[in-house]
Amino acid sequence: MSLRLHLKKVMLLTGSVAIKAARFLCQSFQAVYGSAKYYTVLCGRQSDKNRVGLCVNNTDTQLIFANEQSQYAVIGCCACTRSRKRVHMTDNTGKQKIPSLLIRVRHATAKEKHSLKNTIISLKDITVSYDGEQVLGGFNLKIHDGEFVTLLGPSGCGKTTALRTIAGFIKPDAGDVFFYDKNITSLPPHKREVNTIFQKYALFPHLNVYNNIAFGMRLKGCSEKKIKETVHRMLAMVDMTGYAHRGIGQLSGGQQQRVAIARALANEPKVLLLDEPLGALDLKLRKDMQAEMKKIQQQTGITFVFVTHDQEEALSMSDTVVVMDKGMIQQIGTPTDIYNEPENAFVADFIGESNILDGMMLEDYSVKFAGHIFHCLDGGFGSNTPVDVVIRPEDIKVVEPESSLITGEVTAVTFKGVHYEIIVDVAGFKWMIQSTECRETGDRIGLSLTPNDIHVMAKSEYSGTFGDYSTFSDEMGEDKNASSEALAEEEGSADEV
Amino acid sequence: MKSDSKFLSAPYTVWMTVFIVLPMLLVGYFAFTDKSGSFTLENILSVGQYSNVFLRSIWLGAVATVVSLGLGYPLAYIIAKMNARRQNVIVMLVMLPMWMNFLLRTYAWMTLLEDNGLINSVLGALGLPRIHMINTAGAVVLGMVYNYIPYMVLPLYSVLTKIDKSVIEAAQDLGANSREVFLKVVVPMSMPGVISGVTMVFVPAVSTFIISKMLGGGGNLLIGDLIDMQFLGSAYNPNLGSAVSLVLMVIILICMGIMNQFDDGEAAGGGMLL
Repeated sequence: MSLRLHLKKVMLLTGSVAIKAARFLCQSFQAVYGSAKYYTVLCGRQSDKNRVGLCVNNTDTQLIFANEQSQYAVIGCCACTRSRKRVHMTDNTGKQKIPSLLIRVRHATAKEKHSLKNTIISLKDITVSYDGEQVLGGFNLKIHDGEFVTLLGPSGCGKTTALRTIAGFIKPDAGDVFFYDKNITSLPPHKREVNTIFQKYALFPHLNVYNNIAFGMRLKGCSEKKIKETVHRMLAMVDMTGYAHRGIGQLSGGQQQRVAIARALANEPKVLLLDEPLGALDLKLRKDMQAEMKKIQQQTGITFVFVTHDQEEALSMSDTVVVMDKGMIQQIGTPTDIYNEPENAFVADFIGESNILDGMMLEDYSVKFAGHIFHCLDGGFGSNTPVDVVIRPEDIKVVEPESSLITGEVTAVTFKGVHYEIIVDVAGFKWMIQSTECRETGDRIGLSLTPNDIHVMAKSEYSGTFGDYSTFSDEMGEDKNASSEALAEEEGSADEV
Repeated sequence: MKSDSKFLSAPYTVWMTVFIVLPMLLVGYFAFTDKSGSFTLENILSVGQYSNVFLRSIWLGAVATVVSLGLGYPLAYIIAKMNARRQNVIVMLVMLPMWMNFLLRTYAWMTLLEDNGLINSVLGALGLPRIHMINTAGAVVLGMVYNYIPYMVLPLYSVLTKIDKSVIEAAQDLGANSREVFLKVVVPMSMPGVISGVTMVFVPAVSTFIISKMLGGGGNLLIGDLIDMQFLGSAYNPNLGSAVSLVLMVIILICMGIMNQFDDGEAAGGGMLL
């Protein structure tokens, strides 16, 4: 039994009927657009605040932005694209008539996908102390199903502690760990559906590669046939076919790492925890393994929680980066967000190179720093508020001194391969610029900024404490923090300026 | 460089030649000669009549080794799990008896185990039946275990503390409960310690002569006593004594060979432990 809704005719579905309608729509769309993983079905006008949002994915149907109690205005959508689809509906008794609708589908946005996903792990108000020293204080984190999350921070920031709390090796002094909706705070590690890849791989030296990978499955009582099949599949995945009967001592670091990955994945965990697994590898191998890990994560769809102090690694691999310091989350966001819109001076400094300047927000979209007033894209700080201004060295354009507000003298130039790192003295403050153009020490140059290049952050406890090139003195190397040290190591050249 | 190292190692070479190689050659020489110094196989062949002594020695040595392992492993495991300060204290306590002379310790056991000794006096005072303990095989095993158990505990302890904590965590992480962690990871990884502990208890236990003499009485003659008698006792016959020593050495070497074979089998593929 079906009816057709006349286009543009407004009608009202309420409560569970609306949800049933929504489910039906989803199923229909699955049939039509089954190959895509996520769609958002919009019922209602774009401008309508009460529209129902539906998400369709291959296995599950979920209603987003909606709850059972509210009323929804379901309006035949007016958009006329090739994705428009006529749908016939009845309710489940077949008696109540639900008019068919014309609705519009589009691919879900990243944000919608994000909110659609289940939270697989959540940490609530976790507090952990070692010998009276607090490592994590009231730590909260939600990790979504299928996400590649990186916990990034300098050593001692509590990232490994957070990971070990999820694995169950650390029982928090306070707070709870949830796996989906289940509180697993007091569940021992061997009963948790998570597996860990340890920093030092922690392979069993008394077992060969095959038996290492089979270890978890043997404990579960899998049949030898299944074990054999899985072990060989895992070895193929990590590109180690033919190594099954090698001893662990005969493998190189990279190979041991691959075996550790295979061993953890053979257990089919819901979540894979990785504790700086690439730290012991050389640069080339690390790059290869990064790509490999990302590939494996995408292939398997397993949630990865990756701990690292290497910001480049975090940016290139993750869906979500959690920047941590002093046992607290400084910022959560996509790699792009973290890099482009750092929330405070710590994040700005830790991720990439930054010029962090003292500034004054005069009014919305207008900020004063380095003695001049600049137009910017940030607002909402109020008027005459002290702020931190972040300018990425690669965003600064080198121009002729006559055509620029900021001019300075080049004091040092370092060749970095792709670009030159130029230190410019602007009235006693030293800026770092990355430019493909070479300038000579002693040159007088102008610095040009567009509003897009100016990132304004609220003052925080970190203001003025990090690698601030505006207050730069000759002791450049000493002023650097962990992130830039790591970077310098990778580039194989210390900054001898 | 090479001549340098040769020069530096000279004292050790001399020491080893004089005190190890030479005596071994002498044992071999005596074993295959008679009193007049001419070659004979008679000594070796006559060792056969003491086969019951050999069997008793090996049996008691094996029992003492198994008991030491049974008591020593849990002890070493418990110590290895303690914090560093307590570990040091307990390890010192384990070694403490070794600071005292071996003979004195065995004498002490004699006075404890005697029919009118301390233990039986206490039992009597409590109205319990007295137990005959001295001059039994049990007393000999007790003496062996008491004297040699530190040699079991120490190598086990050192291997167990060396097991990387992350390997234990990896096993838990992969789904092993504490019993499975112990059986599938800790025990196999501690096998080198078991092997050296067993060796260090079994070898001296098999060849001991004081313990059996003092705690075992005349009825528990061991190979050690037999050899002792040939060199220092009434039945002075160094040629026979050398032959018995030689056979004992061969038997112990075979036992160790079998043990090491077992270790290799366990550590197939791995074996990077020690």
